[in-house]
Amino acid sequence: MGALTKAQMADRLFDELGLNKREAKEIVELFFDEVRGSLENNEQVKLSGFGNFDLREKGERPGRNPKTGEEIPITARRVVTFRPGQKLKARVEAYAGPESE
Amino acid sequence: MTKSELIEIIAARQTQLSVKDVELAVKTLIEQMSETLASGERIEIRGFGSFSLHYRAPRIGRNPKTGESVGLAGKYVPHFKPGKELRDRVNKGLERDSLQTDADGSPDSSGSDSAAGVVKSAAEADGTGQPSQTNLFE
Repeated sequence: MGALTKAQMADRLFDELGLNKREAKEIVELFFDEVRGSLENNEQVKLSGFGNFDLREKGERPGRNPKTGEEIPITARRVVTFRPGQKLKARVEAYAGPESE
Repeated sequence: MTKSELIEIIAARQTQLSVKDVELAVKTLIEQMSETLASGERIEIRGFGSFSLHYRAPRIGRNPKTGESVGLAGKYVPHFKPGKELRDRVNKGLERDSLQTDADGSPDSSGSDSAAGVVKSAAEADGTGQPSQTNLFE
Protein backbone atom coordinates (compact mmCIF):
# COMPACT_ATOMS: atom_id res chain seq x y z
CA MET A 1 0.00 0.00 0.00
CA GLY A 2 2.24 2.80 -1.26
CA ALA A 3 1.58 6.51 -1.38
CA LEU A 4 -0.43 8.09 -4.18
CA THR A 5 1.84 9.47 -6.90
CA LYS A 6 1.39 11.36 -10.17
CA ALA A 7 1.66 8.09 -12.12
CA GLN A 8 -1.35 6.63 -10.31
CA MET A 9 -3.28 9.84 -10.78
CA ALA A 10 -2.67 9.67 -14.53
CA ASP A 11 -3.75 6.00 -14.51
CA ARG A 12 -7.04 6.96 -12.94
CA LEU A 13 -7.75 9.56 -15.65
CA PHE A 14 -6.97 6.87 -18.23
CA ASP A 15 -9.13 4.18 -16.57
CA GLU A 16 -12.04 6.31 -15.47
CA LEU A 17 -12.30 9.09 -18.04
CA GLY A 18 -10.73 7.41 -21.05
CA LEU A 19 -8.08 10.08 -21.62
CA ASN A 20 -5.15 8.62 -23.51
CA LYS A 21 -1.99 8.02 -21.48
CA ARG A 22 -0.22 11.09 -22.81
CA GLU A 23 -3.17 13.43 -22.16
CA ALA A 24 -3.64 11.98 -18.70
CA LYS A 25 -0.01 12.50 -17.78
CA GLU A 26 -0.09 16.05 -19.20
CA ILE A 27 -3.18 17.02 -17.18
CA VAL A 28 -1.62 15.78 -13.94
CA GLU A 29 1.58 17.72 -14.69
CA LEU A 30 -0.34 20.88 -15.56
CA PHE A 31 -2.44 20.59 -12.41
CA PHE A 32 0.52 20.68 -10.03
CA ASP A 33 2.47 23.06 -12.22
CA GLU A 34 -0.31 25.65 -12.18
CA VAL A 35 -0.90 25.36 -8.43
CA ARG A 36 2.82 25.81 -7.87
CA GLY A 37 2.97 28.73 -10.31
CA SER A 38 0.16 30.53 -8.54
CA LEU A 39 1.85 30.10 -5.15
CA GLU A 40 5.13 31.22 -6.63
CA ASN A 41 3.39 34.45 -7.67
CA ASN A 42 2.13 34.91 -4.13
CA GLU A 43 -1.43 34.01 -5.04
CA GLN A 44 -3.44 31.76 -2.74
CA VAL A 45 -5.03 28.63 -4.30
CA LYS A 46 -8.52 27.60 -3.24
CA LEU A 47 -9.68 24.12 -4.22
CA SER A 48 -13.22 23.81 -2.90
CA GLY A 49 -13.95 20.39 -1.42
CA PHE A 50 -10.25 19.91 -0.71
CA GLY A 51 -8.60 22.92 0.89
CA ASN A 52 -6.69 26.17 0.50
CA PHE A 53 -3.01 26.71 -0.07
CA ASP A 54 -2.14 29.97 1.67
CA LEU A 55 1.06 31.98 1.82
CA ARG A 56 2.59 33.36 4.99
CA GLU A 57 5.54 35.61 5.47
CA LYS A 58 7.84 34.93 8.35
CA GLY A 59 10.29 37.45 9.67
CA GLU A 60 13.92 36.72 10.35
CA ARG A 61 14.46 34.72 13.53
CA PRO A 62 17.46 33.36 15.38
CA GLY A 63 18.48 29.88 14.33
CA ARG A 64 21.26 27.44 14.92
CA ASN A 65 23.22 25.08 12.77
CA PRO A 66 22.12 21.74 14.27
CA LYS A 67 25.49 20.15 13.45
CA THR A 68 27.88 22.77 14.82
CA GLY A 69 25.59 24.62 17.25
CA GLU A 70 26.67 27.85 15.62
CA GLU A 71 24.09 30.65 15.79
CA ILE A 72 22.96 31.86 12.36
CA PRO A 73 19.85 33.96 11.71
CA ILE A 74 17.14 32.25 9.66
CA THR A 75 16.32 34.81 6.98
CA ALA A 76 12.84 36.17 6.37
CA ARG A 77 10.94 33.84 4.09
CA ARG A 78 7.61 33.14 2.48
CA VAL A 79 6.07 29.75 3.17
CA VAL A 80 3.10 27.72 1.91
CA THR A 81 0.54 26.44 4.39
CA PHE A 82 -2.35 24.13 3.61
CA ARG A 83 -5.70 24.56 5.31
CA PRO A 84 -7.92 21.56 4.67
CA GLY A 85 -11.56 22.36 3.89
CA GLN A 86 -14.49 21.20 6.02
CA LYS A 87 -15.37 18.39 3.63
CA LEU A 88 -11.85 16.92 3.59
CA LYS A 89 -11.51 17.30 7.37
CA ALA A 90 -14.77 15.45 7.91
CA ARG A 91 -13.75 12.62 5.57
CA VAL A 92 -10.35 12.23 7.20
CA GLU A 93 -11.79 12.38 10.70
CA ALA A 94 -13.90 9.35 9.85
CA TYR A 95 -10.70 7.37 9.29
CA ALA A 96 -10.36 5.08 12.30
CA GLY A 97 -6.60 4.70 12.14
CA PRO A 98 -4.43 1.74 11.18
CA GLU A 99 -6.20 -1.58 11.79
CA SER A 100 -5.05 -2.97 15.08
CA GLU A 101 -3.98 -6.57 14.98
CA MET B 1 -6.81 31.13 -7.86
CA THR B 2 -9.95 29.05 -7.53
CA LYS B 3 -10.71 25.59 -8.87
CA SER B 4 -12.65 26.99 -11.83
CA GLU B 5 -9.81 29.37 -12.70
CA LEU B 6 -7.37 26.47 -12.48
CA ILE B 7 -9.57 24.47 -14.86
CA GLU B 8 -9.68 27.35 -17.38
CA ILE B 9 -5.91 27.80 -17.29
CA ILE B 10 -5.19 24.10 -17.74
CA ALA B 11 -7.68 23.91 -20.60
CA ALA B 12 -5.93 26.84 -22.30
CA ARG B 13 -2.52 25.24 -21.92
CA GLN B 14 -3.37 22.08 -23.84
CA THR B 15 -5.03 21.44 -27.16
CA GLN B 16 -6.75 18.05 -27.08
CA LEU B 17 -9.37 18.38 -24.37
CA SER B 18 -12.40 20.61 -23.97
CA VAL B 19 -12.94 22.72 -20.84
CA LYS B 20 -15.62 20.21 -19.81
CA ASP B 21 -13.15 17.32 -20.07
CA VAL B 22 -10.53 19.23 -18.11
CA GLU B 23 -13.12 20.09 -15.47
CA LEU B 24 -13.99 16.43 -15.05
CA ALA B 25 -10.31 15.51 -14.92
CA VAL B 26 -9.47 18.09 -12.25
CA LYS B 27 -12.45 17.06 -10.15
CA THR B 28 -11.41 13.42 -10.50
CA LEU B 29 -7.87 14.26 -9.34
CA ILE B 30 -9.12 16.16 -6.30
CA GLU B 31 -11.55 13.37 -5.46
CA GLN B 32 -8.78 10.79 -5.72
CA MET B 33 -6.55 12.86 -3.44
CA SER B 34 -9.36 13.18 -0.88
CA GLU B 35 -10.13 9.46 -1.04
CA THR B 36 -6.47 8.64 -0.54
CA LEU B 37 -6.24 10.72 2.62
CA ALA B 38 -9.62 9.48 3.85
CA SER B 39 -8.28 5.92 3.64
CA GLY B 40 -5.21 6.86 5.67
CA GLU B 41 -2.71 6.83 2.82
CA ARG B 42 -0.15 9.45 1.90
CA ILE B 43 0.17 11.48 -1.30
CA GLU B 44 3.68 12.17 -2.59
CA ILE B 45 4.18 14.57 -5.47
CA ARG B 46 7.79 15.17 -6.41
CA GLY B 47 8.63 18.85 -6.70
CA PHE B 48 5.39 19.83 -5.00
CA GLY B 49 5.08 18.19 -1.61
CA SER B 50 3.46 15.44 0.38
CA PHE B 51 0.16 15.07 2.16
CA SER B 52 -0.22 12.84 5.18
CA LEU B 53 -2.37 12.50 8.25
CA HIS B 54 -1.41 13.79 11.66
CA TYR B 55 -2.96 12.26 14.74
CA ARG B 56 -4.62 14.47 17.31
CA ALA B 57 -4.80 12.81 20.72
CA PRO B 58 -8.12 12.60 22.60
CA ARG B 59 -8.72 15.58 24.84
CA ILE B 60 -11.25 17.10 27.16
CA GLY B 61 -13.08 19.90 25.42
CA ARG B 62 -15.53 22.35 26.83
CA ASN B 63 -18.85 23.52 25.53
CA PRO B 64 -18.24 27.28 25.24
CA LYS B 65 -21.90 28.06 25.99
CA THR B 66 -22.49 25.90 29.06
CA GLY B 67 -18.91 25.42 30.26
CA GLU B 68 -19.63 21.70 30.40
CA SER B 69 -16.72 19.29 29.80
CA VAL B 70 -16.94 16.91 26.87
CA GLY B 71 -14.56 14.10 26.02
CA LEU B 72 -13.29 14.44 22.44
CA ALA B 73 -12.01 11.31 20.73
CA GLY B 74 -8.61 11.17 19.04
CA LYS B 75 -8.74 11.99 15.34
CA TYR B 76 -6.66 12.41 12.21
CA VAL B 77 -6.19 15.71 10.40
CA PRO B 78 -4.75 16.28 6.90
CA HIS B 79 -1.26 17.77 6.76
CA PHE B 80 0.73 19.16 3.83
CA LYS B 81 4.49 19.46 3.76
CA PRO B 82 5.76 21.50 0.80
CA GLY B 83 8.62 19.87 -1.09
CA LYS B 84 11.96 21.54 -1.58
CA GLU B 85 11.24 22.83 -5.07
CA LEU B 86 7.96 24.45 -4.01
CA ARG B 87 9.57 25.97 -0.91
CA ASP B 88 12.45 27.38 -2.91
CA ARG B 89 10.27 28.77 -5.68
CA VAL B 90 7.81 30.42 -3.28
CA ASN B 91 10.67 31.94 -1.35
CA LYS B 92 12.28 33.20 -4.57
CA GLY B 93 8.98 35.00 -5.13
CA LEU B 94 9.50 36.87 -1.87
CA GLU B 95 13.03 37.83 -2.89
CA ARG B 96 11.71 39.06 -6.24
CA ASP B 97 9.01 41.14 -4.58
CA SER B 98 11.40 42.71 -2.10
CA LEU B 99 13.83 43.59 -4.89
CA GLN B 100 11.02 45.47 -6.60
CA THR B 101 10.09 47.45 -3.48
CA ASP B 102 13.73 48.01 -2.56
CA ALA B 103 14.22 50.98 -4.87
CA ASP B 104 17.22 52.21 -2.87
CA GLY B 105 19.09 49.05 -3.75
CA SER B 106 20.42 48.05 -0.37
CA PRO B 107 23.63 46.00 -0.40
CA ASP B 108 23.29 42.37 -1.40
CA SER B 109 22.99 40.02 1.54
CA SER B 110 23.28 36.78 -0.38
CA GLY B 111 26.15 35.66 1.84
CA SER B 112 24.07 35.29 4.99
CA ASP B 113 21.22 34.04 2.84
CA SER B 114 23.00 30.94 1.63
CA ALA B 115 24.31 30.21 5.13
CA ALA B 116 20.75 30.15 6.44
CA GLY B 117 19.81 27.95 3.52
CA VAL B 118 22.30 25.36 4.72
CA VAL B 119 20.83 25.41 8.19
CA LYS B 120 17.36 24.99 6.82
CA SER B 121 18.07 22.12 4.49
CA ALA B 122 20.03 20.35 7.20
CA ALA B 123 17.21 20.79 9.65
CA GLU B 124 14.43 19.62 7.39
CA ALA B 125 14.29 16.53 5.25
CA ASP B 126 12.51 16.98 1.95
CA GLY B 127 8.99 15.64 2.25
CA THR B 128 8.89 14.46 -1.31
CA GLY B 129 12.01 12.33 -1.14
CA GLN B 130 12.02 9.02 0.58
CA PRO B 131 8.61 8.09 1.92
CA SER B 132 8.63 8.28 5.67
CA GLN B 133 5.73 6.84 7.55
CA THR B 134 6.54 8.71 10.74
CA ASN B 135 3.29 10.63 10.81
CA LEU B 136 0.93 7.84 10.25
CA PHE B 137 1.38 4.31 11.37
CA GLU B 138 3.42 4.62 14.50
